[in-house]
Amino acid sequence: MAITLTVNGTEHLLDVEPDMPLLWALRETLGLTGTKFGCGIAACGACTVHLDGRPVRTCTLPISAAVGKRVTTIEGLAQHGTLHAVQQVWVDAQVPQCGYCQSGIIMAVAGLLAQTPNPTDDEIDASLTNICRCGTFARVRKAIHQAAAPRTEGAAS
Amino acid sequence: MNKWTRRAFIGAGTITGGGFLLGVAGFTLAPGRHTLVSADAGEHGQLTTWITVTPDNLITILIPHCEMGQGTPTALAMMAAEEMNADWRLVRVQEAPALDEYANGYIIRTLSGDYVPAVMARGVDYGAFKIAQWFGFQVTGGSTAVRSTGEYGMRVAGAAAKEMLLTAAAQQFGVSMAECTAKSGRVLHAASGRSASFGELARAAAALPVPTSPALKNPDTFTLRRTAVPRLDIPSKVDGSAIYGIDVSVPGMLYAAVDFAPVQGGRVVHVDTKPAEAMRGVKKVLVLEEAVVVVADSFWRARKALAALTPEFHDGGNAGVSSETIFAAFDAALGAPPQMPATAATVVTADYKVPFLAHAGMEPISCTARVDGSHCDVWTGVQDPLNARSTAAKALGFENEQVTVHNQLLGGGFGRRLPFNFDYVDLGVRIAKAMSPTPVKMIWTRENDTQHDYYRPAGMSRHAGALDANGVPLAASSFYAGGGNGEAVFMPYAIPEKDADAKDAAHPIRLGQWRSVLNSQHGFFKESFIDEMAHAAGKDPFEFRRTMLNQQPRFKAALEKAAAMSGWGTPLPAGEGRGIAICESFGTIVAEVAHVSVSVAGRLKVLHMYAAVDCGDVVNLDTATAQVEGGIIFALSAALLGEITIKDGRVVERNFRDHQMIRIVDAPLVSVEFIRSNALLGGLGEPAVPPAAAALTNAIYAAAGVRVRELPVKKTPLVKQA
Repeated sequence: MAITLTVNGTEHLLDVEPDMPLLWALRETLGLTGTKFGCGIAACGACTVHLDGRPVRTCTLPISAAVGKRVTTIEGLAQHGTLHAVQQVWVDAQVPQCGYCQSGIIMAVAGLLAQTPNPTDDEIDASLTNICRCGTFARVRKAIHQAAAPRTEGAAS
Repeated sequence: MNKWTRRAFIGAGTITGGGFLLGVAGFTLAPGRHTLVSADAGEHGQLTTWITVTPDNLITILIPHCEMGQGTPTALAMMAAEEMNADWRLVRVQEAPALDEYANGYIIRTLSGDYVPAVMARGVDYGAFKIAQWFGFQVTGGSTAVRSTGEYGMRVAGAAAKEMLLTAAAQQFGVSMAECTAKSGRVLHAASGRSASFGELARAAAALPVPTSPALKNPDTFTLRRTAVPRLDIPSKVDGSAIYGIDVSVPGMLYAAVDFAPVQGGRVVHVDTKPAEAMRGVKKVLVLEEAVVVVADSFWRARKALAALTPEFHDGGNAGVSSETIFAAFDAALGAPPQMPATAATVVTADYKVPFLAHAGMEPISCTARVDGSHCDVWTGVQDPLNARSTAAKALGFENEQVTVHNQLLGGGFGRRLPFNFDYVDLGVRIAKAMSPTPVKMIWTRENDTQHDYYRPAGMSRHAGALDANGVPLAASSFYAGGGNGEAVFMPYAIPEKDADAKDAAHPIRLGQWRSVLNSQHGFFKESFIDEMAHAAGKDPFEFRRTMLNQQPRFKAALEKAAAMSGWGTPLPAGEGRGIAICESFGTIVAEVAHVSVSVAGRLKVLHMYAAVDCGDVVNLDTATAQVEGGIIFALSAALLGEITIKDGRVVERNFRDHQMIRIVDAPLVSVEFIRSNALLGGLGEPAVPPAAAALTNAIYAAAGVRVRELPVKKTPLVKQA
């Protein structure tokens, strides 16, 4: 059965079972390996993408649930060659270590900031439940506040 | 400085594409080096040198270490570029191929013949000693990359390259070399105002002999080192383009899912493969001795088909093993506590326990392989590609030369991907052989990863300490089971009698190195116990330690700095407390203070961790800081929540729901400061781990009056018993 999927603005026709998790369709069928497999039970967040702009964990999400919706992966987050503000502060704050969990964290944070442009620490704690084994949390928090801070004229980045 | 007893060699020639290669053979004592670094190396496309300069002014530095998140390639390249006075913007790095010529085990080994590097001579530095034993390994572990490859390899190679470029410029300008200086990738002759770029000089420089003992820069003149240089790998880690082992794509590859015999040492007895074989996408079901494997055209289909099988496994005779039986054996082996002097006014005793721990890197284990006739290609992420190569060769009955390992980025190592832990390479190539010549990517589920690790050893210790009537320590001794070594049990304190003896209590659980190796257990044991002695003496735990460190100025300075950073001694609200601990490992001394709160109901919150670090000097300030921040969080996650439990011979925990890790809500602030003692460089990947658990539990005691003697902390109710 063919399934139509819109990923990063492009439509794809996939011959996969409707219960295949979106993660594996993205990684194996479309070759978009920036979205990571971490646990397979939606516990760690490494597989987070946006579905119509909202973060979702794709390792347990059947592909059928994404039909008719816009899927945005880490590869599609930058626009016209310009990094998304979250990606940019991730570079500025040198957040990643091994980096494996960071696609998922960046997608989760981009989703959080779209809903809550200037989150408090409590809002960050409540929203961001991704696991990072390298322990980048302090930098993640700092970078979120940096991304959220209003860009004032002439301020150093 | 190290001795160069043979002539260094140079490779120079035309690179494919018209470039020109200046090579400096940094490690010339490696067997086989002489034949490999020949004058026409470049023409054969064989890059066997460490530094190349091309006419476009780019400098490429080969790094014989993997990137698993520590920024090692960036730091090593900085060390070479610093010596060259290169323009950092023009420096690129490349991981060295998995060939014997790039074994970094040579570095320490060659230096330890008639000259023992001081990093090893310190005696307590077990990590470097271990790496030195791994002669011929291309290992990233033991926190050794910067202090061995960097200090004895990259600096020398960079200095030699600079000297050659200076010589070439002097000849071109018709002046003496002494009149020329190298700066930002150019050689300048100040008197005449002439200059030439490194790229312009590369061809002439490449024709020169390599200096055998180039002058290294005075550390006071460093301009690049100690700065916070952005890591070279980070851009690819924010846009999804970084390729880890699990991301590798080989044309035509299939996917394999694995179901292991759950009990340690178990094997497959019987399985009816038919239900899986009938399912979509399934190509083959392999019944191996230790596992059932489904190979399919997608990993998800392979997994789904595997789930349709009900294999019967033998328990390998270990079904009676459990965490309880293991700790009972430890307890029995430890016996009575160590004897204390009869003159003691007070004797303190305590037992401590730590569990098995899994590495749980975020990237599950994977191995992609293709066996085609007499050659095998392996794509994976390992901390030692050379040993991965020999593991694959052995599994296939090949010579090492018949295997090519394409090492990829590692989604976390922490010791899981070190040599002797390459079960996944062994299995991956056997699956590929069964499917030959089709390439197969084997992926482990998180459950496979959690239940088939090489675990951080569980351990138990039994301590006794003696104080005189004034609360001055007379003795502090311990027995321990579960592993230890001289570095791990080392206590820097001036106590007349100190001893730590191993007691044997064998068990069948598979063990391996876990970030900071045996220091993670013993840091908790020894720094908890000294804290208990301080309280028994009625003394402040910081002052108690400090008065015993007069013979150890580096320890004392680190302890004082951590205390000062944390505001030690200033009043805290009720329910809050500070704890301090200090350990040396891998040549680096780290003192940490934990600041915690414990609510009336026993709810713990780690508020802030402070670390004062003496690793001699830092190379990259930002990556050094990140390693300490990350090491502390890694250690806290283990101390608070980490535990692998054995029941009926198998691991109980399966995935991140029952094998918890801390998340951002639980992560404290972390403050890090470095002490520039100018001692020999110490490691940084691991040394922040050992003191963290004890700093935490010592803080809990200060906050709540509850002494935690068993990790993880979650097992102990933090409400003081009436």
